[in-house]
Amino acid sequence: MNVGSILREAARSLGANKLRTGLTMLGMVIGVAAVVLMLAVGTGAQNQVNRAVSSMGSNLLVILSGSTSTGTLRMGSGNAPTLTTGDAEAIARLPNVQAVAPTFPGGAQVAYGINNWGTQVLGVTPEYTSVRDWPVEAGEAISETDVRSATRVALLGATVVEKLFDTEDPVGKTIRIRGQPFQVLGVLKKKGQSLDGRDQDDSILVPITTAQSKLFGNRFPGTVRFMFVQAVSQSATSAAEHDITLLLRQRHRIQPDADDDFTVRNLTQVAEAASQTARILSLMLGAIGSISLVVGGIGIMNIMLVSVTERTREIGIRMAIGARQRDVLLQFLLEALMICIVGGLIGIAFGVAGAFAVGKAMQIEVAFSASVMLIAFAVSAATGIFFGFWPARRAASLRPVEALRYE
Amino acid sequence: MAGRFIEVENLGKQYETSVPGTPPALQSVTLAIEQGEFVAVMGPSGSGKSTFMNIVGLLDSPTSGAYRLNGEDVAGFSTDELAHVRNRVFGFVFQGFNLLKRITAAENVALPMVYSGTAGAERRRRAQELLDKMGLGAYGAAMPNRLSGGQQQRVAIARALANHPQLILADEPTGNLDTQTSGEIMGLFTELNRETGVTILLVTHENDIARYANRLIRFKDGRVVHDGAVVHEGAA
Repeated sequence: MNVGSILREAARSLGANKLRTGLTMLGMVIGVAAVVLMLAVGTGAQNQVNRAVSSMGSNLLVILSGSTSTGTLRMGSGNAPTLTTGDAEAIARLPNVQAVAPTFPGGAQVAYGINNWGTQVLGVTPEYTSVRDWPVEAGEAISETDVRSATRVALLGATVVEKLFDTEDPVGKTIRIRGQPFQVLGVLKKKGQSLDGRDQDDSILVPITTAQSKLFGNRFPGTVRFMFVQAVSQSATSAAEHDITLLLRQRHRIQPDADDDFTVRNLTQVAEAASQTARILSLMLGAIGSISLVVGGIGIMNIMLVSVTERTREIGIRMAIGARQRDVLLQFLLEALMICIVGGLIGIAFGVAGAFAVGKAMQIEVAFSASVMLIAFAVSAATGIFFGFWPARRAASLRPVEALRYE
Repeated sequence: MAGRFIEVENLGKQYETSVPGTPPALQSVTLAIEQGEFVAVMGPSGSGKSTFMNIVGLLDSPTSGAYRLNGEDVAGFSTDELAHVRNRVFGFVFQGFNLLKRITAAENVALPMVYSGTAGAERRRRAQELLDKMGLGAYGAAMPNRLSGGQQQRVAIARALANHPQLILADEPTGNLDTQTSGEIMGLFTELNRETGVTILLVTHENDIARYANRLIRFKDGRVVHDGAVVHEGAA
């Protein structure tokens, strides 16, 4: 008997009992779909967090100016004008510090032609784009000269470009920020969401001096709201934090027993915590997926064991009319294979479709990995094939009279 | 052909049971069956007649003694050779029909030819021919459970005949059938035996059924207690 007719015999046998075939396949489908779905969601979440983390810039510390206190009433941090451009220059000279990006933010209405849009305007120095790892995609960056002479130039975030310019190239155009004309120097690369979910591309960068003196008229010239500090390496972030604290206390003449009038926050730790959380989430979803795989596997095992054992008599009949052991084994192996391959493919399809549906419904990112699908598929298929084959082998090695007697 | 068709010598079968001292199912059975014989095997339940038939049909193996088929000792056959003999030399008809429930009557008839490697078209032609011969030409596409008991047994006989066997082993083939249908099935066996010369080994516990055969072997407690020609009284 050739493989072709055994294949047809196996297909006929599967088609002859659709319920049994369907139930067996179901275990396969559920196991594979669950793993694919869970891990797609987990990996997607992890990717999303990782992107937000890396969009922050690396080895970063952020220094916020202190809180104002009026008597016992203490205002939020960033209110007191305690940080200055001078502080930034001093910090930049510290050995553990790579670069400093003092920032002066404000809200502003911007307009181009008939379009207008309310957005965040950040007064920055040229270091800002490198510290935040936020390259200029088209046009030019803000230069030292722009900062020195407080020119009215701007770099636009992707969202602002989208809101103000439909298809036009913004570089070289003149927009109005708070009614003042600004020339668009360049466009920033799309950065995506920050860790707290804000759209980072909804912002405009201008020279810090322009922001301080021309846009957000400041009662305390030369002060900044916060600054990003990039340490020379990840391991240097703690040392830099320490040095900066000492330096600023000295510069601000703070008595030994008095509180700091600034806050240093180590963003590396924030990033690490976020990555860690995402990793744990992904692991947990992976674990749930694995449990589904095991449960699906047990389902496959049960139904295969039962359905094949139940066919012991059929095996006896086949042997009585001349089937060799290997004919029987090959048939059952092929049946198990077909169920597993079809079930696995349906499972992957359901998993992928389910992940897209979940991603769409919950507005989260999903990501697929071929190796995950392959592992889920292989584990389920191996289970199905083994438990389809093993009872068939047991039955085929019986004397035909024993197999025939099986009820 | 070297030796006689079927020859058993001192055949014994002892089932492994948990009860020690159980008498053997078969002991010291020595007999021979020639080509073309129509043999009825009788005996009460537990007399060893079915065990005997299963051993002769190579569905079971003896625990002692020798079984020679066309002069060859089957003890030396591999499982593949045993399957080959069951496929080409023997045809089985069972009390419970033993048709595969989920495939059609014609597919059941064609199944032995699947295992003998017959091409698909030839299988279908032969299956139809056999069903026609059994008077079931119109029922090829029917599922077995849509057929009556007598019809199912005819399908089973057609299946047994598929590869032109030399021996048909029928274990209580009329056990599940009414008297009239039983008569028809036995008529079929008689006709096959006369016309094609196929050897028939029939196990039954009914005298009326055994009467169709030419030779009667009686078993009791695992031994042959009678072996002789069937006496046909009058014009039976």
